[in-house]
Amino acid sequence: MTQVSQKEDLRNLSNLRIGKAMTLERVNAVIVGAGAGGGIVAKELAEAGLSVVLIERGKWYTASDCRKDDLRNQRTSVLGCAFGPDDDRNRRVLVDADGQERVVLPSDGAYNNDAACVGGGTFSYGAMAWRYLEKDFRMRSTYGAVASSTLDDWPLSYQDLEPYYTKAEWEIGVSGDDTNNIFKGARSRPLPMPPLPPSREHLILKVAAERLHLHPFDIPMLRNTVPYNGRGECMRCRWCVGFACEVDAKCGTHNTVIPRALSIGNCTLRTECVARKIVTNDQGRVTGVEYFDERGRLHEQPADLVVVSASATESPRLLLNSRSRLFPRGLGNRYDWVGRNLMGHAYAGAYGLMESDTYDDLGPGASIAACDYNHGNPGLVGGAMLCNEFIRLPIHFASLSPPGVPRWGAAHKDFMRKFFNRCIAVHGPVQEMPVFAARVQVDPRVVDDWGIPVARLSGARHPQDLDVANFISGKAAAWLKEAGATMTWPKLPGKGLSGGQHQAGTCRMGNDPKTSVVNRYCQVHDVANLFVIDGSVHVTNGGFNPALTIMAIAYMAAEHLVQTWKGTQMRG
Amino acid sequence: MQITAVATAAGPMAACLGPGNPWRCLSEDEGRTLEAICERIIPADQDPGAAWAGVVTFVDRQLMGPYRRLRKTYRLGIAGTNATGLAMFGKPFVALTSQQQDAVLQAMDKGQARGECWKQVSAKSFFDLVVGHTMQGFYGDPRHGGNRERASWKMLRLPYPPVRGRLPEKASTDDAGFAERRPA
Repeated sequence: MTQVSQKEDLRNLSNLRIGKAMTLERVNAVIVGAGAGGGIVAKELAEAGLSVVLIERGKWYTASDCRKDDLRNQRTSVLGCAFGPDDDRNRRVLVDADGQERVVLPSDGAYNNDAACVGGGTFSYGAMAWRYLEKDFRMRSTYGAVASSTLDDWPLSYQDLEPYYTKAEWEIGVSGDDTNNIFKGARSRPLPMPPLPPSREHLILKVAAERLHLHPFDIPMLRNTVPYNGRGECMRCRWCVGFACEVDAKCGTHNTVIPRALSIGNCTLRTECVARKIVTNDQGRVTGVEYFDERGRLHEQPADLVVVSASATESPRLLLNSRSRLFPRGLGNRYDWVGRNLMGHAYAGAYGLMESDTYDDLGPGASIAACDYNHGNPGLVGGAMLCNEFIRLPIHFASLSPPGVPRWGAAHKDFMRKFFNRCIAVHGPVQEMPVFAARVQVDPRVVDDWGIPVARLSGARHPQDLDVANFISGKAAAWLKEAGATMTWPKLPGKGLSGGQHQAGTCRMGNDPKTSVVNRYCQVHDVANLFVIDGSVHVTNGGFNPALTIMAIAYMAAEHLVQTWKGTQMRG
Repeated sequence: MQITAVATAAGPMAACLGPGNPWRCLSEDEGRTLEAICERIIPADQDPGAAWAGVVTFVDRQLMGPYRRLRKTYRLGIAGTNATGLAMFGKPFVALTSQQQDAVLQAMDKGQARGECWKQVSAKSFFDLVVGHTMQGFYGDPRHGGNRERASWKMLRLPYPPVRGRLPEKASTDDAGFAERRPA
């Protein structure tokens, strides 16, 4: 025994010298990415008795890392991304509409960053907890084909996913009250927590919506409004979306399923570890993951199965970087679908100036929504949920002057002083039409600090997204006017590439291996022991924030994975 | 003003740039010109302006950190602004009247400022950069060197720290008479 391990050590030492990976002890499953998807899968597999290694490129932050720094967070990152990735070691290549390419850093909006830390986006998100609507899962059947879009139905329905939505709502923790949302799919269980008391803005918008015969309701949020899961309730501060929660009232995977997974005893979390490639054998199966640890040492973690949960940009990047003799175009990429259909949301809405103060300094701000314009909009495909915006910090308001108000000088300052407390924003995430040419590739030249080829983003939004955005913006302005706005002006998305924190679509799920990457259980079509479980698998992205759907899919896929495991052990 | 300058000059970084210079990265002249530009972007009125609030301190500090890649842009842009002032009114930027300064900045904003100086960095892109950074320094968090004494937040009537239960000021919502919708 001792001799074997000494031999092992010697081999590892010589491997290190020639730049080869040190081989670690084999486990059942290695999961890349401890975000919304990966955290849940880790816990489900560990509970089922599998040995699990969870690899995360970022750190494990806690509530005490909440700096409330309004220039350095995940929403405003001008001085850096508070929860990763850092500007020093990471980069991407962005190809714009004219074919001009440039290297972008994480703090630049064009990087399309998602936080890199334990919990991923769920550590610092705004925490809206949306179930997609029934029609969101069958967009192609509902609307027919859309020119120059790969619009399709999901290989599963709302009803298939419903039990897992419920599981996510109760395990991670959701508050809110969507009783008044007549457009929602049936739920098997109510939400576990009530909504927060309404803010002033909420009350103003609610009566206005009712007068317009809309159906306003309290947004479901992954947020404690009463003590739940051993943590306290929201204290309603100003620093919500983009920030860590100082009182740990936001519910993410970092303070629910990941600690639970670790408490079981057979799951190991390795932070600040950057995956380089997935290793394959001559039988066409994956055998583990190569990664650099926090000191830059290369390891190989052998496993019976691999789960990629690294976000819709980083997951395809890892698959495409995992080329081998049997997979010369990268894993899962036999038909060139990995990295395709990158989408996010085209946010559209309006700002309105009110006659008296509406700002009451009560976070999180976003609280009231209506789903009247998600579907059935004349002549348009899809739509968006409309809701009030998250609480606005002064630095955000500074760049929002309406037409006619200069963006600098005495008049701008005067506008800030007069209207900071009297402005309401209503907006919504427009459901985007997937575009085959909007994509993630790996760059042939640029590498990151670990020497790994970086993600190369290219493409543009579908023109129909901008039509829907215009329509939604008009509806938002109408709501604000009914609420008493004396002046409104539109908020519209740009034409460029989408993605951002709602990134999705790049490893589409489907029944046909020729037009998708994974099956309905997130299993890569031609590699039985490889799974992609995150927003990448979304066929379409709904007119909603995607976190709860990523979580529900993770529960569903993990359940299927465990069942398969019990039969075959995934050993080829 | 003088007291601030002397106090800051005592810092070890400032010593590199000569005694009396309050900045870490910018030269004294550059700092003074930039301060004049920022003050036109957010001028003092009944509330403090960019100069008093320390926007240049903010920019200067960031040029030693996250904005270090913009040092050259600032050097060129500040020189360009002075050159444009000279071309339009025969004086460097700080020596112009407020109206003349506004005219120079408007020319830059509209991309109408011409000259050798703007070949490497366009006047428009430099001005956009300074507007953005001035807003950050004035409306952003005081910990980064600007927004002195939370001047802008006071102007916007924002309490700090706005943590319920720890608030020295009375919470601004107490008078709203909300029905508490607590669960039974």
